[in-house]
Amino acid sequence: MRTLLFLLQKEFKQIFRDPSILRIIFIIPIIQLLILPWAADYEIKNIQLTVVDQDHSAYSRQLISKITSTGYFRLANYTNAYPQALKDVENGDADLILQIPVAFERQLVKENEATLFLAMNAIDGVKANLGSAYLRSIIQDFNREVRMEWIQLPRLNPETQIDITTSNWFNPLMNYKYFMVPGILVLLLTMVGVNLTSINIVKEKEIGTIEQINVTPIKKIHFILGKLIPFWLLGMLVLTIGLGIARLAYGIVPAGSVLTIYAFAALFLLAVLGLGLLVSTYAHTQQQAMLVTFFIMMIFILLSGLYTSIDSMPTWAKWITRLNPVTYFIEVMRMVVLKGSGLIDIKKHLLIMLGFAVVLNSWAIMNYRKRS
Amino acid sequence: MAAVSVENIIMSYGKKKQKINALSDISFSVAAGELFGIIGPDGAGKTSLFRILTTLLLADSGQASVNGFDVVKDMKQIRKRIGYMPGRFSLYQDLTVEENLHFFATIFQTSFSENYNLIKDIYVQIEPFKNRRAGQLSGGMKQKLALCCALIHRPEVLFLDEPTTGVDAVSRKEFWDMLQGLKKQGISILVSTPYMDEANICDRVALLQKGKILSIDSPAGVIAHFKNPLVAVKAKQMLALLEKIKTLDFVQDAYPFGEFHHVVLQNEKAVPSLEQELEAADLGHITMHKVQANIEDCFIQLMKN
Repeated sequence: MRTLLFLLQKEFKQIFRDPSILRIIFIIPIIQLLILPWAADYEIKNIQLTVVDQDHSAYSRQLISKITSTGYFRLANYTNAYPQALKDVENGDADLILQIPVAFERQLVKENEATLFLAMNAIDGVKANLGSAYLRSIIQDFNREVRMEWIQLPRLNPETQIDITTSNWFNPLMNYKYFMVPGILVLLLTMVGVNLTSINIVKEKEIGTIEQINVTPIKKIHFILGKLIPFWLLGMLVLTIGLGIARLAYGIVPAGSVLTIYAFAALFLLAVLGLGLLVSTYAHTQQQAMLVTFFIMMIFILLSGLYTSIDSMPTWAKWITRLNPVTYFIEVMRMVVLKGSGLIDIKKHLLIMLGFAVVLNSWAIMNYRKRS
Repeated sequence: MAAVSVENIIMSYGKKKQKINALSDISFSVAAGELFGIIGPDGAGKTSLFRILTTLLLADSGQASVNGFDVVKDMKQIRKRIGYMPGRFSLYQDLTVEENLHFFATIFQTSFSENYNLIKDIYVQIEPFKNRRAGQLSGGMKQKLALCCALIHRPEVLFLDEPTTGVDAVSRKEFWDMLQGLKKQGISILVSTPYMDEANICDRVALLQKGKILSIDSPAGVIAHFKNPLVAVKAKQMLALLEKIKTLDFVQDAYPFGEFHHVVLQNEKAVPSLEQELEAADLGHITMHKVQANIEDCFIQLMKN
């Protein structure tokens, strides 16, 4: 016990004497948390639209002004030749082309029917999809207005119409920051945990201090715990700072108890720190450790359900997300912050995380050899 | 009981095709309280041997024990009883001198004050810098600190891997004086060095080359083994002189040695022959005298045979 205490004392001294560690632990996450949520936005804005207007009628002008006034679209070009519009797309100046054919207005008035052509630049898939969906609903809206203008509606509408009213549960205004900020906080916590621990033991290998430690009667578990506990405490501190920023900068007050978040974070940190330790018991240089954690982080981020919905992934990818501790924490964070879930609701998550922590840490302890 | 006993240790690195034998069938033993030196050039296998004895490395085959404890089975017992100072400075550079000492004392379940008398003579030399970080010490100071840390738990056997490499001549002298002091305290010491002149200070020395022990003897014994006549020669043109000497068939070996060349002759009769030959060659101001072989001459002879 006394040995562990002195190990911890030594570890903390080293951490606080290294200004770069403190910067990495505190300043970088704070800056990222203040910047990233503003950029990681699901809403698509500023879609570049090229209009090929071959009609030049009052209706076509009305439609164009309706589209541009929504704020989602920017009129990149206004032309009357389709090839020219296509050139805009080729040059990357336009995301969408709306072609209003000749006699659009006349057809609409005479035949009660008219066609429009929509072409999209599918290089940016998300933008193309959402952009055309937005545009379609605007055009539908326009359609209804035109009809209102032309047809004197009888008292009772002869056509059946379905009117949809939506209600967003747990996040009434669909404020994307409410679910992005907690998710980004989880990622920052993971990065701090995995990176710092993975580099730490490797550093002792590189400098050679591990040789001196290995010839002492120190117990393996003491050595590993001596590495684990300081970074666990730092991780909890980063979480506290992150939750503070979420509250102050984004006004996010968890609907559930903060203690639930801490309880889960305690287990989660054990798991990711164990992973960091595991990497460092295999790596021989800090470079190796950095590269391996870099790739692991990449998988953790992309297969965590933070940016893309897990339900829409193929089955094999879903299995990988189940092996990703970050997935569970992001889920728990959103459940607690938005839905107000309690410990009982996240019981399954807690158990799985406990499993991760036990497996990763025992693997790390087993793989750390005092003799080669 | 021997402080260290090594029997038929074999250690090799690398895969089948590029197998390098670091130690091939090494056996020796170090008596309790002995200052035993392992002399050998870089790459001789000194560090591998030390790592096996300090339980950091598993040998391919063979047995070794430290104070009667087997290096494989009783490694926990050994770790409590030995002090190891690796060739590379491996203390925490971001901790101060004092913190390093206290840290290593605690992980050996002892305290700095408990064994202070053992390291006192060494510690007083670094005490003025006790609040300085270890990384900012000079090379000699680092060695002294490392020795203190290796001694802080009063080990029974001390392993020093090239403790004087990269240390100036004065510090080297001081360091060996310290080892003599520790020997008096009853600590068995196994020390390796690439410097042959340091061999004289050891009780016994083993000459290690390419993983093989060439000789084990006391320094006096090693010198007594040297039977050939040895002559030191000097002339104005030293390089031409050496080349000339090497062409003579009664010369066994010749090599530069300080400001002279040492010439090993095959027998006593060759001494006047050498004199004649050199006088015949015009190399200017030839001086020549017979010398007593020292330990370096012996090792050079052993290595070349």
